[in-house]
Amino acid sequence: GTAATGGGRSGTATDWGGFEDNMQGGGSAVIDMENMDDTSGSSFEDMGEMHQRMKEEEEEEEAEGEAGAAEEEDGEFLGMKGLRGQLGRQVADQMWQVGKRQASRAFSLYANIDILRPYFDVEPVQVRARLLESMIPVKMINFPQKIAGELYGPLMLVFTLVAILLHGMKTSETIIREGTLMGTAIGTCFGYWLGVSSFIYFLAYLCNAQITMVQMLSLLGYGLFGHCITLFVTYNIHFHSLFYIFWLGVGGLSTLRMVAVLVSRTVGHTQRLILCGTLAALHMLFLLYLHFAYHKVVEGILDTLEGPNVPPFQRVARDIPVVSNVVLNTTAKAIALTL
Amino acid sequence: FAGLADVSISEDIPVEGEITVPVGSHSPEEDFSTLDEPVRDTIMRDLKAVGKKFVHVMYPKKSSALLRDWDLWGPLVLCVSLALMLQGGSADSKDDGGPQFAEVFVIIWFGAVVITLNSKLLGGTISFFQSLCVLGYCVLPLTVAMLVCRLVLLAGSGTISFIIRLIVVVAMFGWSTLASTAFLADSQPPNRKALVVYPIFLFYFVISWMILAFTPQ
Repeated sequence: GTAATGGGRSGTATDWGGFEDNMQGGGSAVIDMENMDDTSGSSFEDMGEMHQRMKEEEEEEEAEGEAGAAEEEDGEFLGMKGLRGQLGRQVADQMWQVGKRQASRAFSLYANIDILRPYFDVEPVQVRARLLESMIPVKMINFPQKIAGELYGPLMLVFTLVAILLHGMKTSETIIREGTLMGTAIGTCFGYWLGVSSFIYFLAYLCNAQITMVQMLSLLGYGLFGHCITLFVTYNIHFHSLFYIFWLGVGGLSTLRMVAVLVSRTVGHTQRLILCGTLAALHMLFLLYLHFAYHKVVEGILDTLEGPNVPPFQRVARDIPVVSNVVLNTTAKAIALTL
Repeated sequence: FAGLADVSISEDIPVEGEITVPVGSHSPEEDFSTLDEPVRDTIMRDLKAVGKKFVHVMYPKKSSALLRDWDLWGPLVLCVSLALMLQGGSADSKDDGGPQFAEVFVIIWFGAVVITLNSKLLGGTISFFQSLCVLGYCVLPLTVAMLVCRLVLLAGSGTISFIIRLIVVVAMFGWSTLASTAFLADSQPPNRKALVVYPIFLFYFVISWMILAFTPQ
């Protein structure tokens, strides 16, 4: 009956609780047949034990060997042709359900990925528009500017920066003693993006600026677009003056944009100054650092390190042969002279 | 007990049967056990599957064989061979002639995982391992390029060899990217294909760059 069903989960002893209660409550030796299931052909004990066994199987949810063995045991025990009948099918069904439940619980990490899904909901045109916008400082700083909380663009820009950095490190002579080139590049770029975003977010919290973490990540990520362009150009054309022009021009524009957006969301002069000063300093200094730390253009020691292929006093990269770089350099020099 | 309520035994049929304990895990769909076949059969079957997928990569038609039965043997073999070939052998020289084995390995797998996550987040219908499988198999053209580069470098390392290497690597890079987009882009909503293709492009670009920049010491 229902009493036995309810008690079936916890153990065999409580399985009989209902039955015993029934007997003791009644006070007579007559068992009330109305409380029993109408199971013709099987004894009540068999049903109870089988039910208990099924519950045990559910809780274990181990390999099918167990289920197979349990099925066999059931068949053995019952002495029925239940294996290929409905009983076997139902046990198998329950095993499957439990197994599926366990697997989906184990895949709960997909739920974590789904948390990020709304931040990747973009169209290519939107990404392109935002990339271009990141170089244009806004004029209106009295009205809070809208920041799209999107993570696809920034993530792709960080990876692009990593790729460009790798290129720069390879073509200069960066010798990484501890660790690898790739590890350093990834660590630097991601560290900057995540670390500086968190720091500025913390400062924004102190200065009562209205910006969320995702928006800050997005803003700084798009601000790396200027860095990407600058480094891409200056890692290939080695001119210090060209780099400074790009640093001030392109770097400055993207910094101005970020600063303007932040200013529009902060009240109070001191707060604005603190926040924007910090961000501007960090952003510009990062570009400077990336250029000089990872792209040492060395002269003089080149002739000791390079092979006989390279003529001395030539600003060339180590792995890319002379031809392409000489062509690039002379072209750039020619352009600079004609301007 | 509700499910057992309608089980009944007819009394005049003797109960009999066979009780066998299954030795291994049976999948109910298969009517034969692959556990009893000789090892050679198993290996040959897996090798044939891997070989078929290689052929699919080299001639990227829109077939779903690569996607349906994914396996990671091919990517593993390709990744290991590429990483071995990119070993600089620079233990005795001051500067690194090439990336370390672990670096290449990590780049390939980490990059593939990131691309897969990205395509899933953008609303892709492909599963995690299927995507890993496709990206791994599409490294094949670049492995071929690496082989060619090493052979060319044996001949000499002047300008002509550089130009040959450049052409070969660029061609193989294009082939890789096209092959993987042929498989992966179909699983995306049509207006977002570019968003998925760009990281793949970047990924193969980094690998191609490592191949091109390799100089043996």
